[in-house]
Amino acid sequence: MTHFINLTLNGLASGAAYAALALSLVIIYQATRLVNFAQPALALVAVYAAYTITQLTGSYWIGFAAALIVGLVAGALVERVIIRPIAKTSQLNAIIVTLGLLLVIQGGVGMIWGNEQHGFSYAFSYVGRFSPADGFALAAVGAVALLLFLVYRFTPFGLRMRAAAFHPEAARLSGVKVGLMLTAGWGIASLIGALAGMLAGPPFISPNVFDVVFVFGITAAVVGGLDNPFGAVIGGLLIGLGMSYVSGYLGPELATLSALVIVVLVLSVRPDGILSRPTARKV
Amino acid sequence: MSQPTAQREKRTAPTEAAAVPRPSRWAVLPLPVRHLVLAALGLAVVTGLLFVTGDLTALRIAAIGYTMLAIAGLQLLVGGSGQVSLGHGAFMMIGAYAMALLVLHQPMLPISANLGIIVVVSIVAGLAVGAATARLHGPYLAGATLILAVGLPGLAHRFHDLLGGSNGLNIRTAGVPPFLQGLVSTSEWRALVVWTTVVIGLAVLATISSGRLGRRMRAIRDDETAAAMAGVPVGKTKVVAFVIASTAGGLAGGLQAYVLGTVTPSSFTLVLSLTLLAALVMGGIGSLWGALWAAIAIVYLQIWATDLARAMDLSRDAENNLPIVFFGVVLILVLRFWPLGVHGALQSLRARLRARNS
Repeated sequence: MTHFINLTLNGLASGAAYAALALSLVIIYQATRLVNFAQPALALVAVYAAYTITQLTGSYWIGFAAALIVGLVAGALVERVIIRPIAKTSQLNAIIVTLGLLLVIQGGVGMIWGNEQHGFSYAFSYVGRFSPADGFALAAVGAVALLLFLVYRFTPFGLRMRAAAFHPEAARLSGVKVGLMLTAGWGIASLIGALAGMLAGPPFISPNVFDVVFVFGITAAVVGGLDNPFGAVIGGLLIGLGMSYVSGYLGPELATLSALVIVVLVLSVRPDGILSRPTARKV
Repeated sequence: MSQPTAQREKRTAPTEAAAVPRPSRWAVLPLPVRHLVLAALGLAVVTGLLFVTGDLTALRIAAIGYTMLAIAGLQLLVGGSGQVSLGHGAFMMIGAYAMALLVLHQPMLPISANLGIIVVVSIVAGLAVGAATARLHGPYLAGATLILAVGLPGLAHRFHDLLGGSNGLNIRTAGVPPFLQGLVSTSEWRALVVWTTVVIGLAVLATISSGRLGRRMRAIRDDETAAAMAGVPVGKTKVVAFVIASTAGGLAGGLQAYVLGTVTPSSFTLVLSLTLLAALVMGGIGSLWGALWAAIAIVYLQIWATDLARAMDLSRDAENNLPIVFFGVVLILVLRFWPLGVHGALQSLRARLRARNS
């Protein structure tokens, strides 16, 4: 029984990181209709920036802030400089370009910081059954999700963001700067992705550290529904729990394959994720 | 996820017809015959290339062959039915391990029998995955296949005794048959075996893609609901497309194991699957020529980047990572300036030259 409770608590804590990554994927999917495969790479850059700055200043929290800022700027830059000119021509090409970006950034990080692992500290102590670090992960992701909801729902900026995402033409006619909103959306998403990286990175970081995290993040987003931020958060926690149970009872090698089983089962019943509503379609 | 436009649909037919002096007689031949003739021509060209180049190039030519077969299968799926699969490397892994296990446990079987068994194994695997994911569309399918690509190598660690863990399996396949000894080297013989299989596979893919099944797949790609209304069995066609693609992938993986003589889980990472898809789009998604450019790009960009890193005398970290960065940069630049890929760019260049001449 204690084993089960431990697995549940661990699952929730790692699920927080998956939820954050899923949230960042969903924000970009809502805005640009593409899955951003470069998301883990952007998080990687942010985390390595945090690593360097923490080493220089000796303060974890300055590094943490740096990671979020780097994430924000990197996401906005990528949208403006690389994605926008290509998204105009074809959506598949834009997705492939995010793949290319993933390769470039992962390789680039390896060239600068090396392929070997670096030690990377937690925000708080990670000792114990439900450690302060675990609590921080859950609280941080919960706070971000709540903040995001409030901004999107109740501020004029949030209204513009939603308008630009759901009806770009009409939004443009009413004076919303759609391009700016897209850039802002990518920036916010990458900031949340950087947070996911800061939570999922420790104890060691290496250029491939987020591959598995990304797989679980995309699983969470797909299970929750790519169109639904709440679905992403719930999906993240569910995947965290599921993977924790599978690793604990069946063996960690099977965790990723069981994620596939979960995706197939959930999507066979609800093809657009658990929280989706059926949509009408015009031919 | 994507709704590729009709202009993507550039088939190889005009190029093929141009290769033969009398198109009228050529055009009356049935399609499978035409494709087989072209396959034989292609094999002849490769054989010629093998004789004028050395052993090292033979291995590279073989690598281009199996990579092209894998990409051509993916092309039928992505360019044909519009299903974006990020798990193509997983099927290569299935084929490669099938080949290794067959050679280890049934050493007396000839290579052709092994390849036949691999086709069956790949069909079964493709059916299982294709049927499970038939209801998924767009990014959801991409996500599910992505997980397959990341998760499958874990099996090699889980079943350590059978699949050899992270060291993988090493195999020793038969070399040159006695009657050709002294005439061709082992690498050349392997390249020939690979390319014979590849051209047959390509001929089959080309025939499928220009036949009724190909038409149905493109109807689904352009509008699933409209295709269903017109009587196209959407689910079945999608599964069949998936099975064909995974068979090509599995066969390519088997050939890779045959050429390299070793199979490890680390050679079938997510990066492989992503590279295959990325190279396909870079080469040009609507045509088998695109698959050729893509395969050449995968094999040679890697080699050039490694040479470049050696020449620049970089540190080990930089040297190891340069190929992947190089590939990514080329990919982004190609898509930025030639949205239809290398093949699209070549076609528009040819059209411009023709306009100038006439």
